[in-house]
Amino acid sequence: MEAFVGALTVFVLAVFLGFEVITKVPPTLHTPLMSGSNAISGITIIGAILAAGAQHTTLSAVLGVLAVALATINVVGGFLVTDRMLQMFKPSRRELPDRQVQ
Amino acid sequence: MSAAIVNLAYLLAVVLFVLGLKGLSHPRTAVRGNRLGATGMLIAILATLFDRQILSFEWIVLGAAVGALVGAVMALRVPMTAMPQMVAVLNGFGGAASALVAGASVVESALPEAQPGVPLAQLTAAAAASGVIGAVTFWGSLIAFAKLQGIVGDNPLQIPFLHYINGALLLVAIGLGVMLTLNPTAIGYYWALLAVASIVGLLLVIPIGGADMPVVIALLNSYSGLAATATGFVLNNNALIITGSLVGASGIILTMIMCRAMNRSLRNVLFGVWVPSEAGPKAEDVYGGRVKAASADEVAMLLEGARTVVIVPGYGMAVSQAQHAVRDLMQLLERNGTQVLFAIHPVAGRMPGHMNVLLAEADVPYDRLKEMDEINPMFEQVDAAIVIGANDVVNPLARTDPNSPIAGMPILDVDKARSVVVIKRSLSPGFAGIPNPLFAADNTLMLFADAREGVQQIIGALKGK
Repeated sequence: MEAFVGALTVFVLAVFLGFEVITKVPPTLHTPLMSGSNAISGITIIGAILAAGAQHTTLSAVLGVLAVALATINVVGGFLVTDRMLQMFKPSRRELPDRQVQ
Repeated sequence: MSAAIVNLAYLLAVVLFVLGLKGLSHPRTAVRGNRLGATGMLIAILATLFDRQILSFEWIVLGAAVGALVGAVMALRVPMTAMPQMVAVLNGFGGAASALVAGASVVESALPEAQPGVPLAQLTAAAAASGVIGAVTFWGSLIAFAKLQGIVGDNPLQIPFLHYINGALLLVAIGLGVMLTLNPTAIGYYWALLAVASIVGLLLVIPIGGADMPVVIALLNSYSGLAATATGFVLNNNALIITGSLVGASGIILTMIMCRAMNRSLRNVLFGVWVPSEAGPKAEDVYGGRVKAASADEVAMLLEGARTVVIVPGYGMAVSQAQHAVRDLMQLLERNGTQVLFAIHPVAGRMPGHMNVLLAEADVPYDRLKEMDEINPMFEQVDAAIVIGANDVVNPLARTDPNSPIAGMPILDVDKARSVVVIKRSLSPGFAGIPNPLFAADNTLMLFADAREGVQQIIGALKGK
């Protein structure tokens, strides 16, 4: 029960942190926010790696490998497509201070 | 590597995720933010690979190689107009992965020699939650993908008793979860629960129309995070709990923003079917004899004399891939000394921020993209507003007619501009199924054309002078 309460504490605080951070994201970046947050939700890959590598049973290993594949799609696809999108967002040249001209 | 060091690595990863999301608060810092997040993920994965439980790496490498290849090809090839589908699919995969990991834990914990790190009741109850949320996310996302990709029709459907069926099925899935918790070694309950929740996911999204997809995708985004959180409770892993919560919060915030921008409750979007309204003015009463069709030359003449022009893009711009033509029009007008801004309604397009990405792709600087609250007070000083492929989000009935089905929906106050140009193929109504008095207003010119062709005609006329 103690472990559960500890995890619950972390969960509740993380939700508050999430609200604080996400409300600062401007609407212009809402699409990259979705694909980027999608990529980090691929964190489930660490559970998948343990299930696929520990191989307690064939079934759990198969489920783990499937999960590794799906979560990797999420991680690689999510971060890459977000990077691709974010690179397209550029300011006007006249409003770009000299030191930032690339 | 000791558990403490692995957990410290996870802490570092989570800190990088939070810093990455903070980076998204401005386009200037966003690229770096996203890369910080990716670095965090790499650290988390590397730390996990050192875990002592891992006996063999072959299968991990195989799964990761397949996933990395598929993910990279998808990410590099997807056109920006198809971004809603892409995000829908990624949501689905994330949810499915979490449900599968939870399933693997249930299988392992049923072994006689199992020593799970958390009490069995917590493990199975959390796994049941992850299974239900993950399966709903996966199948719901696949339907959303099929609708956005045009594989199935995206009209809203009315299926009798559907919500009762869905509610009953959801109760059955929860009941199976309770049975699993009471009998942790009876893993058959978990598979049954996945099957029932899959049907719920399918039935939940099937009736929802294309124009409501921004809400659905945002909600499924949130679910994919919550599935990861639930799996975190299964594995007693704080990295999963925290990261899943961040994503869950993000999806919920976007869902609320989308609902507010349509002045509808989440309940209404998910369960209410939008029936075209019989009430309110008829199309012929609104339009009869008052609509002024204009040629591209007339529009060009109007734009030449304008000092400030605001372009209002809608889903029609995405459908006809008009963003590059729109950029050309912007540059042409700017060379003429005209100030050009873009007014973006929160639900324009098929996902939150869709229009911004399309315009960024076409090299429109992000400082020209204005949100609704910022641009609305400015419309009275705007010489010409150009509406491209948008309809309901510029319908003044939302402000003036309390009986209208869109009454109270926040709109772009395009009608307050000195003159308005609407590029639209016909007078057909938008998703709300109601006529738009803007098209018949004294200061409105209609250019009947496909979005891209219309913009190109105007460019041709401007250059011809």
